Amino acid sequence: MLTKRIIPCLDVKNGRVVKGIHFQNLRDAGDPVETAKQYSKNGADELVFLDITATIEERKTTFEVVRKTAENVFIPLTVGGGIKILSDISNLLNAGADKISINTSAVKTPNLIKESSDKFGSQCIVVAIDAKKVANKKWEVFINAGSTPTGIDAVSWARKVQKLGAGEILLTSIDADGTKNGYDIELTKTISESINIPVIASGGAGEPKHLYDVLTKGKADAALAASIFHYDEYPIYKVKAYLKSKKLPIRV
Amino acid sequence: MIAIIDYGVGNLRSITKSVEILGGNPVVTTDMSIVAKADGIILPGVGAFKPAIKMLKESGLLETIKQSVSAGKPVLGICLGMQLFFSQSSEGGKTKGMCLIDGTVEKLSAKVKLPQMGWNEVKFQISNIPPLKKDPAYLCKTEKSQTFKNVKNNSYFYFVHSYYCKPKNKKTVTATTNYGITFPSIVQKNNIIGMQFHPEKSSQQGLKLLANFVQLTK
Repeated sequence: MLTKRIIPCLDVKNGRVVKGIHFQNLRDAGDPVETAKQYSKNGADELVFLDITATIEERKTTFEVVRKTAENVFIPLTVGGGIKILSDISNLLNAGADKISINTSAVKTPNLIKESSDKFGSQCIVVAIDAKKVANKKWEVFINAGSTPTGIDAVSWARKVQKLGAGEILLTSIDADGTKNGYDIELTKTISESINIPVIASGGAGEPKHLYDVLTKGKADAALAASIFHYDEYPIYKVKAYLKSKKLPIRV
Repeated sequence: MIAIIDYGVGNLRSITKSVEILGGNPVVTTDMSIVAKADGIILPGVGAFKPAIKMLKESGLLETIKQSVSAGKPVLGICLGMQLFFSQSSEGGKTKGMCLIDGTVEKLSAKVKLPQMGWNEVKFQISNIPPLKKDPAYLCKTEKSQTFKNVKNNSYFYFVHSYYCKPKNKKTVTATTNYGITFPSIVQKNNIIGMQFHPEKSSQQGLKLLANFVQLTK
């Protein structure tokens, strides 16, 4: 049986992990490769790097990070953040990324989804959607790291990106993100039931039960989290053991 | 030396590095003379069926790979690479494959989310795998059981695909996986091995499978 995926996300800037990671047994928590290794050892099913570097010059360090990670960690690696054109995608794939996540540029140039999935295959094109609740069962797509409203309905956008060739959707609830009060179950369920490609739920994880809820009630295929995994309190293997004990299909 | 065929798209770094870590000498190439000299060949799992087969034909690599197969060299196909071994695929309109294994490549069930993306269980088809000989001296280069040495039955491997292989000869299926339907996740025909999942992305168990392949080339 296909298992539900548990995916830690790392914010990377200038070749370093930026949000505080506190593992007792990690010598350099700022080193993305060391952190990725640790996550893989702890049972992460995939890894996501979110590149938050500001300039093109700094971006070169990201390629180096991706290259080193791909050479040391043998689980799938998705890279997102600041991807604008087709050559950004091919450069990251050549550096060793398995999947590329596009967000703002997908909204601005939807054809980028089609072009890139035609060229590299749907399996490596992830469209990230940042959605905010605007009315009962209505969510709007936001871009530029959640700061700019687009007027686009999240459900119809999800359907459209599937049609354009996206292989997967990384869905973040702007309302839940950072709250640690749990994922937006209703949003995740609504999107997941509207499309036929996998959905990674993101935003709001504060404890293992939140992951259980979004993978069951929320109908998500995978759960992404950042801060919950960054401390020794909830290492991935513990979260996975909990989910397995609740009878979810989990790789342990 | 192990030749890793470069179809011109996607990430080959993980497969190259894992072969290297496991003591193989990988060379990413499209050069016929290098492929001909290689002790083993890997057809990696990135890209789409039609352009990949076109590239293999036009570059002359298709013939080179077939000659290596006839010479008994181990050839591993991963994901798309496995599918290329077959007679025909329905991906992107009916397309003829390498015809090294009799059978077709079909789309997975429409009842499940596609692509299948993630970790799924790989069950050995014990009846199609001769017992693993304990004495290394007995290890035959084409023996199916060598592929599974040190690998646990029902382990999880990482899959990303929408199509699956349907060989005519069911004896070639040495492992299966369930996703909507039960499909072959490993096929073996003499020195040809196909894996539908990505061993280079499947952590420790995946590296063990690759280590066994690297061993075959020595």
